[in-house]
Amino acid sequence: MYNLSNRKKVVSDKPMTFMERIYLPAVLNGMLITLRHLMGRHNTTRYPEVQRQFAPVYRGMHVLKRDENGRENCTACGLCAVACPAEAITMTAAERKKGEEHLYREEKYAAVYEINMLRCIFCGLCEEACPKEAIFLTDRIVPTEFQRNEFVYGKDKLVESIEHPIDISKRQHTGKRLK
Amino acid sequence: MDFYFIIEKTILVVLIFILSLFVAAYTTFLERKVAAWFQDRIGPDRAGPFGILQPIADGVKMFMKEDFIPRFSDKWLFILGPGITMFTALIPSVIIPWGPSIEIAGRVVELQITDFNFGILFIFGVLSVGVYGIMVGGWASNNKYSLFGAIRASSQMISYELAMGISAITIIMMTGSLSLTEIVKQQHGMNWNIFYQPVCFIVFFVCALAETNRAPFDLPECESELIGGYHTEYSSMKLGMYLFAEYVSIFISSALMSVLFLGGYNFPGMDFFSGNLLAVLGIVAFLIKIGFFIFLFMWIRWTLPRFRFDQLMHLGWKSLIPISIVNLLITGLVIAFYQGWFFSS
Repeated sequence: MYNLSNRKKVVSDKPMTFMERIYLPAVLNGMLITLRHLMGRHNTTRYPEVQRQFAPVYRGMHVLKRDENGRENCTACGLCAVACPAEAITMTAAERKKGEEHLYREEKYAAVYEINMLRCIFCGLCEEACPKEAIFLTDRIVPTEFQRNEFVYGKDKLVESIEHPIDISKRQHTGKRLK
Repeated sequence: MDFYFIIEKTILVVLIFILSLFVAAYTTFLERKVAAWFQDRIGPDRAGPFGILQPIADGVKMFMKEDFIPRFSDKWLFILGPGITMFTALIPSVIIPWGPSIEIAGRVVELQITDFNFGILFIFGVLSVGVYGIMVGGWASNNKYSLFGAIRASSQMISYELAMGISAITIIMMTGSLSLTEIVKQQHGMNWNIFYQPVCFIVFFVCALAETNRAPFDLPECESELIGGYHTEYSSMKLGMYLFAEYVSIFISSALMSVLFLGGYNFPGMDFFSGNLLAVLGIVAFLIKIGFFIFLFMWIRWTLPRFRFDQLMHLGWKSLIPISIVNLLITGLVIAFYQGWFFSS
């Protein structure tokens, strides 16, 4: 408890000595400290031009993955919605029709899949719960909006596009149970 | 009074007015930059290259804001407050000697708008009026925080003006003149007053910090307790005037301290130059000294925490005034000694 930092200082209310009472030595000492900071380097990242490197375990905006043939992995089993502690995920399941085999991997799929990004706490439990490797959290940031309802992300924003798949290889090495 | 004299003074007045506002505008920018550097940040760098257009952006922002006058305020006093503050901040620049005289087309032009032979008295008179700007503004706002700020400002300024005045008297005794021109001329070369009166300089500097309401003496406006103090109710350019006047008065008091203690436009080795070159170098030396003081103001602001109000009064009445009086007495005795008062001839 006492040795958390070496900055511990015993406070006393003894009367100030003359050197302390004229303030000037303490003032000059403080000014030297600030001057050292003036000479030192700054820690700012110039955000729009330079972006901070995210940790591999960073949990940002979700993505709904497709498999290698471009079919949606999600089967609308609802385990992610059950696992979600913030109750941010809702979905409506639908049955795959004939001729839709190139769109959906299995017989059941999510017709509607919504995540409320204002409710979401980005804990990653949906990712843990998913048995089909369909949902992942990525290093993308949820952008700001002016309206609350714009934060309810549907499949249009969540499912990755076939042309630009989202790389989640970093997350597959971090805590995701591999088969 | 001939025609050219009026032209010359008009140009000088306009130049110094523009200079004061320009320096004050860039002091606001520099303050933000210096604060950032002291805190290991970068500071504003988006408006223009290195952010040098930031003061313009700030000014535009101030003008675009809604100019709000509270319903229960005293409307005329509310408008008058920032005006008085700005006016009294700008006025002392009239008697500051900005450089040695220059020669243009055979005319000797003094780089000083007017040389009162009671210069220092004039400055102290104007400074005393300066507190009315804050008092009037704070009282007219009809707001408890503003009133607190105004009361603090007036009591603080009254207490610190005494020590400041006594330190100035010490300098006047050494010089034998109230005129700022005379005071500067006597500090020729490196013969600056600070080397003879270091204690006096420190007292004067501390009082100048208090007079300009700068940290660690920024009790009238302390954001954390009084939500801006006397300018809580102000918005738009009226607030801008108050904030701007603070920076103008920093500039002017830096100039005043340079004149009184650091020899104004005098610099070591000035005897090797003459004529207009000397004048230009003198102005540059003067501006460098002013810049040093402005930086010192900021340096102190971003180093020291704020005084408590009773500590502030304690420092003013029980420390600075006795120190300056003792200093005055010793100076008087030394002057009397050198003039042979203690020897019967």
